[in-house]
Amino acid sequence: MTYPIATIRADFPILAEKIRNKPLVYLDNAASCQKPNAVIDAISHFYRHDYANIHRGVHTLSVRATDKFEAAREKVRVFINAASSKEIIFVRGATEAINLVAQTFGKANIKAGEEIVITAMEHHANIVPWQMLCQQTGAVLKIAPMNTQGELIYEAFEALLNDNTRLVAVAHMSNALGTINPVQKIIAAAHAKNIPVLLDGAQALPHAAVDVQALDCDFYVFSGHKLYGPSGIGVLYGKQALLEAMPPYQGGGDMIRTVTFAQSTYAGLPHKFEAGTPAIADVIGLGAAIDYLNSIGMATIAAHEAKLLAYATEQAQHIKSLRIIGEAEEKGAILSFVLERIHPHDIGTMLDSLGIAIRAGHHCAMPVMDFYQVPATARASFAMYNTKEEVDVLMAGIKGLIEAFG
Amino acid sequence: MFEDLRDLYQEVIFDHNRNPRNFRVMDNADRKVEGFNPLCGDRLTLFLKMDGDTITDASFQGSGCAISTASVSLMTEIIKGKTETEAEALFKTFHEMTTGKDPDIQLEAVGKLAVLAGVRDYPARVKCATLAWHTLDAALKNETQAVSTE
Repeated sequence: MTYPIATIRADFPILAEKIRNKPLVYLDNAASCQKPNAVIDAISHFYRHDYANIHRGVHTLSVRATDKFEAAREKVRVFINAASSKEIIFVRGATEAINLVAQTFGKANIKAGEEIVITAMEHHANIVPWQMLCQQTGAVLKIAPMNTQGELIYEAFEALLNDNTRLVAVAHMSNALGTINPVQKIIAAAHAKNIPVLLDGAQALPHAAVDVQALDCDFYVFSGHKLYGPSGIGVLYGKQALLEAMPPYQGGGDMIRTVTFAQSTYAGLPHKFEAGTPAIADVIGLGAAIDYLNSIGMATIAAHEAKLLAYATEQAQHIKSLRIIGEAEEKGAILSFVLERIHPHDIGTMLDSLGIAIRAGHHCAMPVMDFYQVPATARASFAMYNTKEEVDVLMAGIKGLIEAFG
Repeated sequence: MFEDLRDLYQEVIFDHNRNPRNFRVMDNADRKVEGFNPLCGDRLTLFLKMDGDTITDASFQGSGCAISTASVSLMTEIIKGKTETEAEALFKTFHEMTTGKDPDIQLEAVGKLAVLAGVRDYPARVKCATLAWHTLDAALKNETQAVSTE
């Protein structure tokens, strides 16, 4: 079956926008994805017809809002194949999910001198929360190295695991390099030493089907806005037994069972970790994004993106002064690159004048930039709605700006 | 292909980016300050030789985008022979020119630096142009701490 690219593009209204009088070529999907009508309409419909606060009140709208909200939780559960919807905690994004685990699971289980293992290719969101925890507790952060292709050096990672390791936290897919980590092997090795594993799925989940039970990961975190859903919403998946043993994160309404001035008792999962009124409409929007992805199929999307990446990589290799940053064997649809004598910010501004949106900068992964000894990279990242023709526009733009710089 | 960018990337900017002027370490510098733009990773070290309150020599090292490289290169040329007061006045005018607060600004006052006026239409790039000048400002105030645009 041919990929329904025309239908998909028509589903995303922003793709019809003109940027600087040129058709938009949106290649900044690793930063955030655009939204289909299904998501925009679901949010709008909810505010117009069903909105009220959830989990309180007996009036019709409150019940309706609660039902829709919990239905979205169930959609997330099915999407990542969690065993129970109690394991799906709504948070603001992958960043908040990691901070939650650090400040609850981490504080309760990781003591001075004990170790947390991450990798050299992590996003700041999977570095800084652990550094903060280490500062608070005296725990030690260990960094598993990568090779020049941007692949985890697995043996070196495995050698870091010991009786003192309390958690492994790794990116399922690197945002700066596109590398897909061998998470199954990582989890098996960590579990062999009874070490739980957190996967940062912010980049991976939009591009391939994820089954948290098959992976057997202990925590999986992701952001809604990279999954074609709203910004400001994300998910922490955790195994039920772990979540139950963890202390709550924030205190407030919705997360309690009883409150007296002497003492409060906490609600059960998932509400224990969802203090306060959540982003109700955005959760519903995330549910709509998942329905939309399912209507096309993650395998179909993954195959389309793999073709785009292969084509873009091949085209990029024809440009002499271009160096690809991140050449892992297992790679998602991200093309990070630098050009000789042309700074990524100049690349970004010049491509923008052609209507092409890419990211130029350190991609919240400064240690990765240090590793490659570049101040920044330019990054084109592809999504389900991108086309081969857009890759051609990008490559023509890159060739043109090399010529302009002389 | 890049007609729309002609005001931002003028030939003078490409020229200074390809062949930055005064791009050298100054061993006997009286002032040495580092400037850093953490958002884009632009990094420079500015060296000044002073005679009383007159800047007798200026040079720099570092790496950055074309706008920031051209800006610091042009700056090291124009500030030579200027007094501290004159250089500060130039910084003030340059800052107003690049942030676009005064539409009637007299571009003659900044001489060659006028080629950088185009950045005012690109808010994301203003800091690229002003990093050099913030670093100079710190050097003139005899600060030794690194300057950051954030």
